[in-house]
Amino acid sequence: MRLVILDNYDLASEWAAKYICNRIIQFKPGQDRYFTLGLPTGSTPLGCYKKLIEYHKSGDLSFKYVKTFNMDEYVGLPRNHPESYHSYMWNNFFKHIDIDPNNAHILDGNAADLQAECDAFEKKIKEAGGIDLFVGGMGPDGHIAFNEPGASLVSRTRLKTLIYSKVPTMALTVGVGTVMDAREVMILITGAHKAFALYKAIEEGVNHMWTVSAFQQHPRTIFVCDEDATLELRVKTVKYFKGLMHVHNKLVDPLHSMKEGN
Amino acid sequence: MRGGQGTTRAPVLQFTNCRILRGGALLREDLWVREGRILDPEKLFFDERRVADEQRDCGGCILAPGFIDVQINGGFGVDFSKTTENVGSGVALVAQRILSHGVTSFCPTLVTSPPEIYHKVLPQIPVKSGGPHGAGVLGVHLEGPFISQEKRGAHPEAHLRSFEARAFHDVLATYGPLDNVRIVTLAPELGRSHEVIQALTAQGICVSLGHSVADLQAAEEAVQSGATFITHLFNAMLPFHHRDPGIVGLLTSDRLPPGRCIFYGMIADGIHTNPAALRIAYRAHPQGLVLVTDAVPALGLGNGRHTLGQQDVEVDGLTAYVAGPQFPRAWPLCSQGTKTLCGSIAPMDVCVRHFLQATGCSVEAALEAASLHPAQLLGLEKSKGSLDFGADAGEAPRRRDPAKGWVRAQTLWCLMTPSESRPPTSPVSWCGRRRKPGYNQGLRLERMPGPSWTLTWRAVGGAGLQRASWDPPSRWALPEPQVTLEAVTWINVQPAGLTLSLGVACRAAYPGLH
Repeated sequence: MRLVILDNYDLASEWAAKYICNRIIQFKPGQDRYFTLGLPTGSTPLGCYKKLIEYHKSGDLSFKYVKTFNMDEYVGLPRNHPESYHSYMWNNFFKHIDIDPNNAHILDGNAADLQAECDAFEKKIKEAGGIDLFVGGMGPDGHIAFNEPGASLVSRTRLKTLIYSKVPTMALTVGVGTVMDAREVMILITGAHKAFALYKAIEEGVNHMWTVSAFQQHPRTIFVCDEDATLELRVKTVKYFKGLMHVHNKLVDPLHSMKEGN
Repeated sequence: MRGGQGTTRAPVLQFTNCRILRGGALLREDLWVREGRILDPEKLFFDERRVADEQRDCGGCILAPGFIDVQINGGFGVDFSKTTENVGSGVALVAQRILSHGVTSFCPTLVTSPPEIYHKVLPQIPVKSGGPHGAGVLGVHLEGPFISQEKRGAHPEAHLRSFEARAFHDVLATYGPLDNVRIVTLAPELGRSHEVIQALTAQGICVSLGHSVADLQAAEEAVQSGATFITHLFNAMLPFHHRDPGIVGLLTSDRLPPGRCIFYGMIADGIHTNPAALRIAYRAHPQGLVLVTDAVPALGLGNGRHTLGQQDVEVDGLTAYVAGPQFPRAWPLCSQGTKTLCGSIAPMDVCVRHFLQATGCSVEAALEAASLHPAQLLGLEKSKGSLDFGADAGEAPRRRDPAKGWVRAQTLWCLMTPSESRPPTSPVSWCGRRRKPGYNQGLRLERMPGPSWTLTWRAVGGAGLQRASWDPPSRWALPEPQVTLEAVTWINVQPAGLTLSLGVACRAAYPGLH
């Protein structure tokens, strides 16, 4: 695992956006070679999305040959409801970039057969050649997507009942296993309220009560955090990874641009 | 799963880099249009899986819904109340010319006229959709003849009528068939007005109160019978009195039917209403304010003598007065004319700007007063007066530079202040405050020699040589005077510099006369 610690939320968002930008550009996406990206929702990735939009607007990054797969969506919520994840992705990301609408995949919470929708989603990921980089967030209870404490660590995309939410009561979510299949995983964790869950996820064992801990067994995981999120970690852990920052920074510096030569 | 119903291969147009007026606020959003309707881009993305076919950069301008003018008597030499052989072409000319003022829908207004005029003219002004050819006609506004003699203003006394005898039958006898009628202004104190108001409202015609000496109670009863509009508030009605506010009191009346909003027209040209009075009305009832031009045929023509219905009108600057008896005099205006105001020649965008300045309201409120409120008055707010999804897009939206001037998607319009005017014989350099980058910088206008009424200007630089000419108004009381150019008041440049139009202010002198 790489634990990348930045001073604050903005720097953490920027580092994550730069990393995604570099990964896409270095992949050299093209007509027959799409870069597949897994995407989260929520308040944590907003800064990252803003930065990516900035890179796009300045001409350094294009999403023309990028396919995206979102992690989850509520069931029964109209697609244009302001709280739906379709609205979130449209307003915060898709409407500002040049992605082909056919390549932006989000689970449909209003499908007639929800399990079939989940299976179809898994199939689409497979047909796209698997996910190159799955970006995700983590809840204060250590969950990823809607894989709440107790969710199977080998689960696939499925229907989940929500306990902390009055309405809506159900959601479709990728499983822990689905994210583990990605070639690379990046988890964004910012804020002091996530600190305890981060401690459980990386300093304790793999445990289905803290589902993010499953990524200890993934060959390529990056956790991008701000200082506040590390408050519950051992000083030793934090010092160790901060000492590696010069290595981590080589991943984002220099920041590549699609304007150069390709 | 691809989208089903509603998908069409028509091109999708996306206006970017702009602020749009939506939901009472200016949002930094793109505006998407397809087949003359505002489109929901989220639906387009997720249901139809499509992107825009064409993008247009708006340069940071504001996109606002087209203005709706519910009271306009004519313009550019055309008088809607005059019977001519071809009323339709006159309406079409005005419709085309007011587009550059930002008006995309209007109600041609007929002033008090004899029944023959109504019978002849009304059938020739059908409801018509707007487009690049001109603003849409929403229906005719009949101002009079059922109005008060005392408050007739510029309306001719000889043709005033009442409907005391046969109520609605008198109305039909006067106007003829009401198919093309959208608004009727009448005085509610006239006998049997309630029957008439109810009958008109039942036909879907908006009834407006105006040119009246009604007190507040009569006005409230008229609203209870169905009236929803007040024609040019303050003008041609009893002044506000603290014990009987008259029609003006409707703005804050508590006797209106529940849920009913009373709308009121205001001519915000700085002349018809003192800015303080405008502010009082606006602060009392901001949701009901509808900006109207009440424009007369002299709109867009410059100073001089013109007609309005059966009356003659004298124009001086932005003011139009009922003309006095004809006799030789130095022009533009002599004191022997009357001082009765007679319509206005301020274009709608000037009214909006003046309203914004006088009330200090937000840009959103000023724009809504000229677009959303008239749409609500006429019950058209689902399709007009707003940029909500599904509303009509019609002509390419008008845009406004936040700092100065009005910019239309197709034309550039810049105002020059009087201090920038030049003597007519020397070349005029146009230092317009709003320049469209790359195509009219360094535009210089030179006046070419020629007969005084034909001013030919050569625009040098920018897109190359163009010509423009200015024709004199269509009728004059006296033989041609000597004309000297005072100032260029506005410049209108069409895309690619193909046509240049100018507004000019002139002074005329009759040799040998004073």
